[in-house]
Amino acid sequence: MSAPLLVARGLGKRFGAVTACRDIGFELEEGEALAIVGESGSGKTTLLHMIAGLMTPDSGEVRYRLRDGAMRDLATLSEAERRALMRTDWGFVHQDAARGLRMNVSAGGNIGERLMALGDRHYGRIRQSAAQWLERVEIPIGRLDDSPATYSGGMRQRLQIARNLVTAPRLVFMDEPTGGLDVSVQARLLDLIRTLISEMGLAVVLVTHDLSVARLLSNRILVMKQGEVIESGLTDRVLDDPRAPYTQLLVSSVLAA
Amino acid sequence: MSERAYNFAYLDEQTKRMIRRAILKAVAIPGYQVPFASREMPMPYGWGTGGVQVTAAILGPDDVLKVIDQGADDTTNAVSIRAFFARTADVATTTDTREATIIQTRHRVPETSLTENQILVYQVPIPEPLRFLEPRETETRTMHALAEYGVMHVKLYEDISRHGHIATAYAYPARVAGRYIMDPSPIPKFDNPKLDNCPALQLFGAGREKRIYAVPPYTKVVSLDFEDHPFERTKFEAACEFCGARDSYLDEVVTDDRGGRMFVCSDTDYCEKRQAAQSRKAAE
Repeated sequence: MSAPLLVARGLGKRFGAVTACRDIGFELEEGEALAIVGESGSGKTTLLHMIAGLMTPDSGEVRYRLRDGAMRDLATLSEAERRALMRTDWGFVHQDAARGLRMNVSAGGNIGERLMALGDRHYGRIRQSAAQWLERVEIPIGRLDDSPATYSGGMRQRLQIARNLVTAPRLVFMDEPTGGLDVSVQARLLDLIRTLISEMGLAVVLVTHDLSVARLLSNRILVMKQGEVIESGLTDRVLDDPRAPYTQLLVSSVLAA
Repeated sequence: MSERAYNFAYLDEQTKRMIRRAILKAVAIPGYQVPFASREMPMPYGWGTGGVQVTAAILGPDDVLKVIDQGADDTTNAVSIRAFFARTADVATTTDTREATIIQTRHRVPETSLTENQILVYQVPIPEPLRFLEPRETETRTMHALAEYGVMHVKLYEDISRHGHIATAYAYPARVAGRYIMDPSPIPKFDNPKLDNCPALQLFGAGREKRIYAVPPYTKVVSLDFEDHPFERTKFEAACEFCGARDSYLDEVVTDDRGGRMFVCSDTDYCEKRQAAQSRKAAE
């Protein structure tokens, strides 16, 4: 088996007296979707930010396999390397689309930004890729020149995904991608994300409090409570046969539709 | 009031040294915005406090100063700044572009080609070209440091998608010496090609934003564009009503309230020179 794409070891983070994460480790294979679940305040977003290089851990390390095959500790990357990684090989889908989009720039500009950052200087080609991606995320092509401020919540989220995927990244971080959307919109979005993950062979680290989202999108799952991983394993196994009492509680508190 | 109440060119010598150090650094790193301790000047921000401080720092007793505002020598701003230095530094002033050794400008580059013996000082309101898309100063500095300039093209992309062409007509971003992207101050994009490979030293002073940057003589300045939407200089349908020039930047002047208008050179010195030459020729 090939080396994992991302390895986290002994990650810890404290905010004053509060321990947000303690001694967390896992491996992520290429093309694998990992869900981090837990209730609010369990440290899952902190963990995501540490893995994605948005926050420096107090202890532990995150190693990532670059496209040239070298396994590098994220802490030792230069800022230029880290930022280049973030806009080419990685994507980050925020819960609040306004944080991940430029709201004063048209949809086409939003999708094209990464291409232009990589040095594409041909307007026609950039626009064509933007249009293709808009179609792929099921937004009417007529909205290409509209600002995302005029988009609905579900469309913004889809646009954010297109903006992230246009450079064909290998790893995408998602922070509650379906949060705040109504159920039918959520269903379509999940369907889209699932299709894209399998088509592009994306590795995903997904943070969610919604177990059904985790079940639909992820292969493996980490259950967090008070900054620690209390259970991990294949998603089906953990959700159908939870071992830790807390996981049993989580699973049993899902409302059956 | 005694003129001696002021040091030569208003600013004290320590301040001038500080500004000169910033200028030297700016010349050494073309296009890089050097922070400097901008002083209060006896004029409001937006009237050219940055340009005035740069001019004060480089002015010598033998210099000949020209000040233009929108190309004109006779507008309030230009007249006041010229009078300011005539009084505080007792330097010779002129409206003739060729005679001047230092030209302080707002919004224009003179039509007459500049020489190696001249310095062009720009008054800059917003020195940061990335500001439109990135409001955080810490972030824009990082972007400059890492030459992450993709967002500049996002701005041009937006122009084309909205207007069908690059509609930015002034403060048109340009890459200096293949590295830093700068805002060439609110000059019309018509003037951008004049910045490239210019024999004169070009200094940019932003008083409120406390930044100085420079384009050394004979430096490559390239206006940003797309391969399929190349940079284009503004073209005029009309010729100057006074001197007939077709190669200069024209101002549109409304002459009455019934839609009457005419186009005249914005560079008054250039226009007057041409008119004088024409009347000389007519007299011969």
